[in-house]
Amino acid sequence: MRAFARLLDDLVFMPSRNGKLALIEDYLKRVPDPHRGWGLSALTGDLSFHAAKPAMIRTLVEERTDPELFRLSYDYVGDMAETCALMWPGDGHGEAPRLGEIVDTLNRTGRSEVAGVLRGWLDRMNATERWALIKLVTGGMRVGVSARLAKTAFSRAFDRDLDTVEELWHALDPPFAELFAWVEGRAEKPDVANAPVMRPFMLAHPLEEGEELDPSEFLAEWKWDGVRVQLVRRGAERRVYSRTGDDISAAFPDVIEAYDFDGIVDGELLVRAADGGVAPFNHLQQRLNRKTVSAKMMARYPAFVRLYDILVAGEEDLRELPLIERRQRLEEAVAGMDPIRFDISEILTPASWEEIAEMRQRAREAELEGLMLKRRDSAYQGGRVKGLWFKWKRDPLTADVVLMYAQRGHGKRSSFYSDYTFGAWRDGELVPVGKAYFGFTDAELAELDRWVRGHTIQRFGPVREVEKALVLEVAFDSVHRSKRHKSGVAMRFPRIKRIRFDKPAKEADHLEAFFKMIGEAGESESVAEK
Amino acid sequence: MRTDESGLYCEPGGFHIDPQRVVERAIVTHGHGDHARPNNRKVLATEATLDIMRLRLGVAAGDTLQPLAYGETLRIGEVDVCLVPAGHVLGSAQVVLEYGGSRIVVSGDYKRRRDPTCAGFEVVTCDVFITEATFALPVFRHPPDTEEIDKLLASLDLFPERAHLVGVYGLGKCQRVIALLREAGYDRPIYLHGALQTLCEFYEAQGVALGPLRYATARDGKEMAGEIVLAPPSALKEVWSRRMPNPRTAMASGWMRVRQRARQRLVELPLIISDHADWDELTQTLTEVEAGEIWVTHGREEALVHWAAQRGLKARALSLAGFEDEAE
Ligand SMILES: [Zn+2]
Repeated sequence: MRAFARLLDDLVFMPSRNGKLALIEDYLKRVPDPHRGWGLSALTGDLSFHAAKPAMIRTLVEERTDPELFRLSYDYVGDMAETCALMWPGDGHGEAPRLGEIVDTLNRTGRSEVAGVLRGWLDRMNATERWALIKLVTGGMRVGVSARLAKTAFSRAFDRDLDTVEELWHALDPPFAELFAWVEGRAEKPDVANAPVMRPFMLAHPLEEGEELDPSEFLAEWKWDGVRVQLVRRGAERRVYSRTGDDISAAFPDVIEAYDFDGIVDGELLVRAADGGVAPFNHLQQRLNRKTVSAKMMARYPAFVRLYDILVAGEEDLRELPLIERRQRLEEAVAGMDPIRFDISEILTPASWEEIAEMRQRAREAELEGLMLKRRDSAYQGGRVKGLWFKWKRDPLTADVVLMYAQRGHGKRSSFYSDYTFGAWRDGELVPVGKAYFGFTDAELAELDRWVRGHTIQRFGPVREVEKALVLEVAFDSVHRSKRHKSGVAMRFPRIKRIRFDKPAKEADHLEAFFKMIGEAGESESVAEK
Repeated sequence: MRTDESGLYCEPGGFHIDPQRVVERAIVTHGHGDHARPNNRKVLATEATLDIMRLRLGVAAGDTLQPLAYGETLRIGEVDVCLVPAGHVLGSAQVVLEYGGSRIVVSGDYKRRRDPTCAGFEVVTCDVFITEATFALPVFRHPPDTEEIDKLLASLDLFPERAHLVGVYGLGKCQRVIALLREAGYDRPIYLHGALQTLCEFYEAQGVALGPLRYATARDGKEMAGEIVLAPPSALKEVWSRRMPNPRTAMASGWMRVRQRARQRLVELPLIISDHADWDELTQTLTEVEAGEIWVTHGREEALVHWAAQRGLKARALSLAGFEDEAE
């Protein structure tokens, strides 16, 4: 537990991806089985306990501490789990149980005995271990590590191909002893042919500026703005996997229960709009990241999958076939599927490159991200293989906004004000509409940093409020209504496109301009770009 | 003994202790800026504290500076004054006052754990103990220093290409972190921000060995890859740190115990190393000095007063203004 607790603690403070990878790799190489496997599973979300509610932990601490001191401490720290971990009495220099022992014990312990077990452990642990234990048993790691990142660290630590690791991962169970044995050369590669596992996703390259393709060699499709998924069925086992390798089946019972096809297909998870079309991405967002979903949610935001490809049918692996043959097989498969939950992505038939370019410009509905161009003869290969699949995103939307606040960045950028909050005008006042922390060059960052330091009017910790005088041109993929934001709008992927030192702040955009973009995108296809 | 607008005042002796405003006669417990204020007329302190005041304040250290060695007694007015080590930083002292058969101890800032750079805290039993309360909440329990130094060294192993930039307070913390690194066997040169130079030289002159030090001010950042660089906390976020190759920002402070607080300051590697007593040290001290009455000066007074009251001690908060707890 000592090593795992320190890992979590380091991860919480580590802002960079490479830094996180290095920390996890180091842990995996240093810690023996089965503890490292459990630790890794905790990070990937394959291991979670809900043995104890935060309230139980609180009760345990209250038994041991003075209520007034507890109140003052909680007031000061602000976080219940952390307050409990920090103020649990005792110096904690006893021998803490190892992670494997904790997992085994929790799996064997009934609800009524959990409190006693926890009490005994907390007495033997130091503050960091207590904090990690509380996170583990209350089921919320939140250390900024995705399943994908943890698996990447695994594949890097043992110098294996990530796609292969990914393919095995879902067929094996924590603490993944067979996987460690294989990568350390102690055993053969585990055989997973009969498990309901995803295959490595085939990904597209962005089309380079000015690059043209021969329309006769490629199939064109819309690029839908949802979540790319694979649906997998093996016998009675059915799963939905996202591109990050997360098993999201629990959040989408409507889709999974309708999936009767024995094999693996690839498509875009979307929500059906009331008019039968595709609802905007933020509707789908309501359904994501849930452990369970209510009937009401499913009725309000009905999910379906628009299918792009087929990988496996029955015992037959189709990935080596050329795309046009797979497409044939996909059409046959879709014919037998529930039409409410599954349909097939339309093949566009442009006659010329000009027509393709024109189609891409028409991809203005909020639900479209642009075009996909796939070589007709391409096999389905995991990863981003050059020259086979291309994505051609539509031009971003842009707006001129005013810089309001700047915050210092992390790591390399820790001495730079590199995170910017910007606003648009409403009734003569600026309302924050978004945040951006990329899009600029190093030289532009230095300029922005200098400007922020020279125009600060107030500071709060790492944040500076600046004079409302600098206009930024921001680019973003789409904009939608949002009740969570004071301005009522939220952008997707906002980035700084240009610094407009030349433009007076009062000439920046008004909030209505954003609502106009939402309205037009929703209602017609003929929106002129700003 | 009472408080006025300048702080703690001893009437029968006619002097203030760590006054916040200019006074006629001051006893200064130690050289930190919020305790050793400039321009008092007469100043009494340990020799080391007076030296530190001269280094930091120049002629503003005071008109007349009078040293008093640990353990020696001096009568001022009707009061016997004695200075006793407080274990906080080099030269730091508790002020022991005897008058009319009763004894008051003013702790100044103090800690109880071992510090290779200064004399350790000595317990003096008394009738009234006036304590600091910087970390007076049960959530503040500093782990062993060795564990924290270990964290820093482990990070150097794991990220050998990154400069490890450690924020340290210039008086005490800086030298202690260096000394702890040396005790842990770290013998590479340690780089220092220019602002830390004078006090490190002073510590060395006082016989505190710090090993090889390099001053980072005028250097090319590249050679600091994989090295430890110490800087005042204020320099971490400023332009100075940009020369460092991909710096990993650490901070050595008792506040690092609370994650949210460390994250707010964008610290990547929090090191819980403090020159103040933690909760356990505070309560241990209150028990050992056997004082019937406890006065709590600066910090989180409420919790300590509550603790003392629960044990039947008379306790009250003085709520003196002017002491900074951020500086730790
Ligand atoms: Zn101090």
